Amino acid sequence: MDNVDQKQAALTGKGRPAVPASSHNPPIEVHDLTVAYDQKPVLWDIDFELPGGSLTAIVGPNGAGKSTLVKAIMGLIPSSSGYTLINGKPLDKQRKNVAYVPQRESVDWDFPISVMDVVLMGRYPHLRLFQRPSRHDREVTMNALREMGMDEYHKRQISQLSGGQQQRVFLARALAQDASIYIMDEPLAGVDAATEDVIFQKMKELQSQNKTVVVVHHDLQSVPDNFNWVMLLNLRMIACGPVSSTFTDENLQKTYGGRLNILSQMIEQSRKQRFVRESDA
Amino acid sequence: MITSTGWIIITGILVAVSCALVGTFLVLRKMSLMGDAISHAVLPGIVIAFLLTAGRNTFPMLIGAGIFGLFTVWLTEELSKKGRIFHDASMGIVFTTLFAIGVILISLFAGNVDIDQECVLYGEIAYVPWDLWIWQGTNMGPRPVWILGMVLIINITFITSMYKELKTYSFSPQLATTLGLPVTLIHYGLMGTVSFTTIASFESVGAILVVALLIVPPATAYLLTDRLHRLLLLSAFFGITSAIGGYYLAWWINSSIAGAIAVLTGIQFALVFLLSPKYGLLGRKFRGQVRYKSAEDTILQKETTFM
Repeated sequence: MDNVDQKQAALTGKGRPAVPASSHNPPIEVHDLTVAYDQKPVLWDIDFELPGGSLTAIVGPNGAGKSTLVKAIMGLIPSSSGYTLINGKPLDKQRKNVAYVPQRESVDWDFPISVMDVVLMGRYPHLRLFQRPSRHDREVTMNALREMGMDEYHKRQISQLSGGQQQRVFLARALAQDASIYIMDEPLAGVDAATEDVIFQKMKELQSQNKTVVVVHHDLQSVPDNFNWVMLLNLRMIACGPVSSTFTDENLQKTYGGRLNILSQMIEQSRKQRFVRESDA
Repeated sequence: MITSTGWIIITGILVAVSCALVGTFLVLRKMSLMGDAISHAVLPGIVIAFLLTAGRNTFPMLIGAGIFGLFTVWLTEELSKKGRIFHDASMGIVFTTLFAIGVILISLFAGNVDIDQECVLYGEIAYVPWDLWIWQGTNMGPRPVWILGMVLIINITFITSMYKELKTYSFSPQLATTLGLPVTLIHYGLMGTVSFTTIASFESVGAILVVALLIVPPATAYLLTDRLHRLLLLSAFFGITSAIGGYYLAWWINSSIAGAIAVLTGIQFALVFLLSPKYGLLGRKFRGQVRYKSAEDTILQKETTFM
């Protein structure tokens, strides 16, 4: 992975560029971002850049502000200070290029809508106000469903799906958008093992197409095998960089505090457990 | 020639269909009672327009009420965003205060103007055939029919042209935002049509019963289908049946027409609630699917509701 090594050289531990990016704007850059609810900061002075083609896991303890961070990047919640640039431009000019997969519980699954219609929404950023989706949009939508193995369910109402299938539909919606940046909030929460595999595989595929993928993630064990970039977050940003140099015991200790002993043991064992999981399947 | 019975039924249908169409989105957005709030809060707007123009000119009244309708929505949201107040409490504060101001205005100037409080609250659809629009000496038919017809056309145009935006927005405002759809335009567009619809329906069915027509037919249709376009058509259908049925029910038992229409929406809902093949109580009980939303579900929903 030449690409990653280059970026590794260009970025130091805290994610500040040693060499200012000149010709190429990073897909996502966040500067001095602070978010507060009722005067109480929940994210403090977050500053980072993510390189193009990176597959980043955002990890941290519960309440660390992981979801808040991606929502602030997506402009869904106001920030007290700081700003975000997408491909060097403000988000409003780049909405089309950023596909966001919200947490599964954030929508009303009883809404009277079919799987196809939800995925078709991914095409809306490509349409003007009042414009209806074309046949091409429908084809793209069906392809996205097929890629997630959900094409035969396209006529179903969305509440008639399992949790894993609902997550696949959300991912298909993001794929239909044909964006260059994918931001996913806990896409693996509560999904079945088969869906987990499909989603991990899809993330890697997107990365291999040089797209930038950012995932709020809760399972530390699966970080080293599935991501090449990691951000450790606990109200402040502890570290952000390549997994190989950033996902260290020391940084995890800083992020999780006293609970680390158990966690580091879990990570130690993760590779052994991987064999067990694979033989299960 | 259309008889007075015909005009009353046509008016009822126009009111019911306009309300059912915009009401569907209110129900889906879980903002059903916003229609209630708007229908009450527009009162000062109507009275002020009435006093300024010194007459029952409909257009100034529509505009005055429209301004207050949007003002209610805006103020409700600002209060719950900036103050430490829940959205529903904030709505309760805003619309009762505005309504009370309207009531005081009426009683202060009741000597000079003829706004009947009963009429504002309950409407009187039976007077529609005699409220004629005379244009250049020609009798154009009842004035409310023209106004309601215009409102229905506005609603249909709004919904068909902004269909994908409205669908996405009512499914998830958050998703609509991240897709770069004009969420503010959609939101205030919807609230604007709700305001106009409420105000135009006001004279015929009154401030209280208009809420029944906004909410009950869509809620009934919601138990029968899981596609948005069918939901809209079915809501309109239930609106029409209650308008027609309501007239004859009122004639039969010799009572208020608006009241009978609202009662019929309720009866239709009860029947569908019991008998709907998919989501009806009996059907689900038969299949052993009755399940009540747990407190946890409700809390989750509250937390994730956006705006």
